[in-house]
Amino acid sequence: MELIVCIKRVPQTAEAEVKIDDSGKDIVKDRLTFDMNEADSYALEEAILLKEKFGGAITAVSLGTAEAEDTLRIALAKGADNAIRIKAEEFGELDGYKTAMIIKEAIKDLKFDAIFTGCMATDDSYYQVGPVLAETLGVPHATLVSKIELTDKKVHVNRELEGGLIEHLEMSLPAVFAVQTGINEPRYASLIAIRRAAAKEIKVLGKDDIASEPKLNSTLEELFVPPVGKRAEFLTGTADEVSARTAEIIKEKGLI
Amino acid sequence: MNFDLTSDQKMLQDQVRKFADTELAPVAPEIDQSAEFPWENIKKMAKLGLLGVVVPEKYGGSEFDFVSLAIAIEEISRVCASTGVIVAVNNSLTTYPILQFGNEDQKNKFLPPLCSGEKIGAFGLTEPNAGSDVVAMEATARPEGDHYVLNGTKRFITNGGEAGIFVVFAYTNKELKHKGISAFVVERDTPGFTLGKHEDLMGIRATANCELIFEDTKIPKENLLGNEGDGFKICMNTLDVSRIDIGAQAVGIAQAALNEAIKYSKERKAFGQPICNFQMIQSMFAEMATEIQAARLLVYYAGYCKDKGMPRFSRESAMCKYYASSIAVDVARKSLQIHGGYGYTKDYTVERLYRDAKILELYEGTSEVQKIVIARDLTK
Repeated sequence: MELIVCIKRVPQTAEAEVKIDDSGKDIVKDRLTFDMNEADSYALEEAILLKEKFGGAITAVSLGTAEAEDTLRIALAKGADNAIRIKAEEFGELDGYKTAMIIKEAIKDLKFDAIFTGCMATDDSYYQVGPVLAETLGVPHATLVSKIELTDKKVHVNRELEGGLIEHLEMSLPAVFAVQTGINEPRYASLIAIRRAAAKEIKVLGKDDIASEPKLNSTLEELFVPPVGKRAEFLTGTADEVSARTAEIIKEKGLI
Repeated sequence: MNFDLTSDQKMLQDQVRKFADTELAPVAPEIDQSAEFPWENIKKMAKLGLLGVVVPEKYGGSEFDFVSLAIAIEEISRVCASTGVIVAVNNSLTTYPILQFGNEDQKNKFLPPLCSGEKIGAFGLTEPNAGSDVVAMEATARPEGDHYVLNGTKRFITNGGEAGIFVVFAYTNKELKHKGISAFVVERDTPGFTLGKHEDLMGIRATANCELIFEDTKIPKENLLGNEGDGFKICMNTLDVSRIDIGAQAVGIAQAALNEAIKYSKERKAFGQPICNFQMIQSMFAEMATEIQAARLLVYYAGYCKDKGMPRFSRESAMCKYYASSIAVDVARKSLQIHGGYGYTKDYTVERLYRDAKILELYEGTSEVQKIVIARDLTK
């Protein structure tokens, strides 16, 4: 099987104090650490599991700056065979649509049975790359994928819906899968694999290699931290005090 | 001059950090209490290639350099000091002397099981009456036919209770003093080799620290490392390397102590505000972070000296071990101080870090011995 995995290098903001930079359109990244987008690491693992079962090769693709090559090398160490970096620095402002269109241009001549993406990137949360890739490449797709099973040239896919529901789909290949976190257990790269990956070549594509420069679908106006609301009142004290005060408030507001 | 890690070192750091946070951190408090040797995690680390980091691939190792080994030990020790030293002992006190001083047969026989996690290694040097004063050791190995007859007791041996392969030192000729010490590879199932007292340690409690007792233990002659009388040289060379890893372990423990203190100080309020706002706390943070960074650079530099092939780097290795262990003890103390009374309870990680840190100033050469090594090198 020929498999493609889209990977994004993102800042780790879950436990960091995020500040907006002077442009008002980005965050201050100086002291942040960067890593493979979480859902992408599950997408990569899913591709590796398929490769281990059915053979073939994996190409990891990332639209990113030179540092994204570190992330691509981790993908190579874990089990990808080839890696392509598309120079993000040459494409200016990006949104989900433009990102997907640039990746599509970069991979359109590659043969593939399946493309894997994370269902979302933690830095911009567009949820677009998978679906846009699929639509413009003319293949089916599934988002929020929580299980993939390949039998008799058909793919059985579970999608994780709200409310604890699971949707079971039958699809045919080639297809795009936007993978949900938790679908598998991403492996660690062994030291030997790391050493071998360090010596592998990463193909780098620039603006000149992309036939036409895709346009933005939306323009970023402003990024901001919402002001802290004054509607919440934190009650403190013993359980009895808190419950008594809660009852008072409910009465005061005429809720009962 | 370049302070950047190489591409493969960065990847190693990234993967070991994730592995440590996900697999080792959750069990660290448990094994600290139970003192259970973490075999399950050792097998996982073997799979990643962490048990033979600098060993060539042909013997089952990962073939990385010594800076990389230090990075790995630091990341492991940051979440579990016990696991950190278990791995350090297997790498630099067991596989390293065999790799450096063993013959081809010895390397082929002993290195693969030590790298695969089939067996774990230990280093039998310290005795009840011989620690810093190595020459005072009483163990003897008498040649007899095709073997040596080993007698003696080794004390405070990390991994001792669980190890399968030991590098053991004993006199083959006591009259020659340090030139009469020899090094042997001893297998656990050798008749006449039994385990003595299991130590109930203050920190690094899951390390199977145990006494080794040799009573007319027959060691095949082919298990002699190097030549008769090479033991002292092998021991000193090995400690030059292993002290880098203890320095790395110290940096990991200290970093954990700082991280815990910062986290706590942002949550804990006193006098109407988080305690991280107070200058006395901030002063401690500035000292801790600076000392940790200085220690880390000393550790990496000592590793770099080894990687560069410097024939002697005892001074650099002793400096990093001496400084990193002393600041680790101090950083752990400050972290506990910042935690106040809560830090004195087992509910907070710093209580374990404080206990774990103290051993750094004692094993693989006390801080006093490190100072002797540094000063003698300066004045020779």
